[in-house]
Amino acid sequence: MTEQTGRNERRLTIARAMAEAVAQEMRIDPRVFLMGEDIATLGGVFGNTRGLVEEFGPERVRDTPISETAFIGAAVGAAADGMRPVVELMFVDFFGVCMDAIYNLMAKNIYFSGGGIKVPMVLMTSTGGGYSDAGQHSQCLYATFAHLPGMKVVAPSNAYDAKGLMTAALRDDSPVVYMFHKGLQGMGWLGTEPGATVDVPETSYTLPFGQAAVVREGRDVTIVGLAMGVHNALKAADDLARRGVSAEVIDLRTLVPLDRDTIRRSVAKTGRLIVVDEDYHSFGVSGEIIASVVEHDLRGLKAPPQRVAYPDVPIPFSRPMEQFCLPNPAKIVQAFDRMAQA
Amino acid sequence: MAPTIAQKRWMYRHMLISRRFEEAIERIYFEGKTPAFNMANGPIPGEMHLSNGQEPCAVGVCAHLDAGDVVTSTHRPHHVAVAKGVDLKRMAAEIFGKAAGLSGGRGGHMHIFDPAVNFSCSGIIAQGMGPAVGAALSRKLQGKPGVAVAFLGEGAVNQGAFHETLNLAALWQLPVVFVVEDNAWGISVSKRQSTAVPRNDVRAAAYGMPGTYVPGNDPLAVFAAAGEAIERARGGAGPTLIEIETYRLAGHFMGDAEGYRPAGEKDALFARDPIPALRRRLIEDGSLDEAEADAIEAAAQATVDEAIAFARAADYPAPETALERVFA
Repeated sequence: MTEQTGRNERRLTIARAMAEAVAQEMRIDPRVFLMGEDIATLGGVFGNTRGLVEEFGPERVRDTPISETAFIGAAVGAAADGMRPVVELMFVDFFGVCMDAIYNLMAKNIYFSGGGIKVPMVLMTSTGGGYSDAGQHSQCLYATFAHLPGMKVVAPSNAYDAKGLMTAALRDDSPVVYMFHKGLQGMGWLGTEPGATVDVPETSYTLPFGQAAVVREGRDVTIVGLAMGVHNALKAADDLARRGVSAEVIDLRTLVPLDRDTIRRSVAKTGRLIVVDEDYHSFGVSGEIIASVVEHDLRGLKAPPQRVAYPDVPIPFSRPMEQFCLPNPAKIVQAFDRMAQA
Repeated sequence: MAPTIAQKRWMYRHMLISRRFEEAIERIYFEGKTPAFNMANGPIPGEMHLSNGQEPCAVGVCAHLDAGDVVTSTHRPHHVAVAKGVDLKRMAAEIFGKAAGLSGGRGGHMHIFDPAVNFSCSGIIAQGMGPAVGAALSRKLQGKPGVAVAFLGEGAVNQGAFHETLNLAALWQLPVVFVVEDNAWGISVSKRQSTAVPRNDVRAAAYGMPGTYVPGNDPLAVFAAAGEAIERARGGAGPTLIEIETYRLAGHFMGDAEGYRPAGEKDALFARDPIPALRRRLIEDGSLDEAEADAIEAAAQATVDEAIAFARAADYPAPETALERVFA
């Protein structure tokens, strides 16, 4: 999965980029350690801790029992005591068994201590469907975590961002929920979006939170997405370009903090907004992005904003049903057509 | 393991500070809440869970701890906080919702954090246990001294967190002690109604750790059991589960009419109040004389009075500070 390119860059998968960021930080910071299910010997079900136990040993890379409440709660206590734990919630869908540790402890202890303690921990968790795993193993739940105050939330779309955001997360004194999409991970058996595997510098670097990336510049419409949504948006932008429509694509990269300014600037230029989100349609990221634009300034809009999101149904197993529900480039193009008719 | 005279006096003094503190809170709590009781009114609004009667659990355990050791407590945290050495003035101010409070008023009585003495609590049943296990893991990984103690109620033992954390602590042989304060009631549901075994120390066997039961709400017996457990933890021999028979002399929360209690239960409990009982014992065994006991009582009252006066006089936070300190 590694191939050499120039200038100390290699094409890496997101999984490899995450593991590399963690390893580099563990080499210079003895406070960083990992806990999770199947993260040591197996290297993570989604490959993002591969090689770590071999280098750092089982004291710092700890396979846990299937006890998310215990080990995520323990991470909160270890973080308050001066460590910098990284924990993995294997599928974000499993949050139901341990949400108290996440949103009542991890997310609130800084506030409830009046800033007296820090909670420097990273909660890695996998998101996304598209491979017929049904609704207990396929959700994104971005908005669920971004909605609850006290957690920073990141969701990379490619390996370069994945490494920089991970290093930044490891150095943050607040809890970070690091949501990686299974379909971008570079695991062959899950099917992988090739666009997520990109050149990554060997050296350690950080990306600042709260800075969205304009990954494609355009004039006629702004398409905002995160994680897999960015790749769908880029493909839709290609399709639109063939029709002479110039689409600008914004990769949010982090939901908390959210870079509203970049979105507003782009929409002020294009006058049209489409939000792509694999999380549920209602009460979620797409509504938040649209509200952030329209509550700021309605005047620049040439058409009502559109959203391409997951319908408000549990995620079905059967391939035709799931594929019907998922966002895709064609739906984004259709959304643009609806706006053009407006 | 028997306490020294100094330790016995320390326990007596801290039981008294805790009780006098709760009595003051109880009195002030009803200010502004009569004739009609509205939890939102008065200088101390919100829920209030008093620890009257449970002081032996706190002092018997914390007598073995220093500021560097870690304690997590529950929604009923004041007695443990007092025994752990939490800044009483700033805790009082926090309970009043004042800017000078430990958390600037953001937490209140169920969210007491004092990092200077490694004390924290959570208002959610059994959820202080994970952080205690994590603190113990942190000490082990860092090779730093110190143990962690998780306090919990007997109602917490039927939560998943209880079983998950006991298993993890035993699996990893962490320096942590789990202390169940069995006050017999989970709000209105008795231990007999909620729990399949009469004593929870037996559950330790399921996780390959020692379990101890301490009957009688006796601070000296708690001291002995906790001493052994904490010594084990400090020595790297892993966790212990202790269940202490205690009782709350108050309701679950202020305003609780306690109609669920059998007739006469409260009177019987007051007759066994552990504070006068300890005073009698310490005088009998020569650890104190009457005058010294009186002096300790007076000093405890003065400490509480000073803390309450500080809290009353303190300013409320600027409302907009509500928007600060979400992140580090």
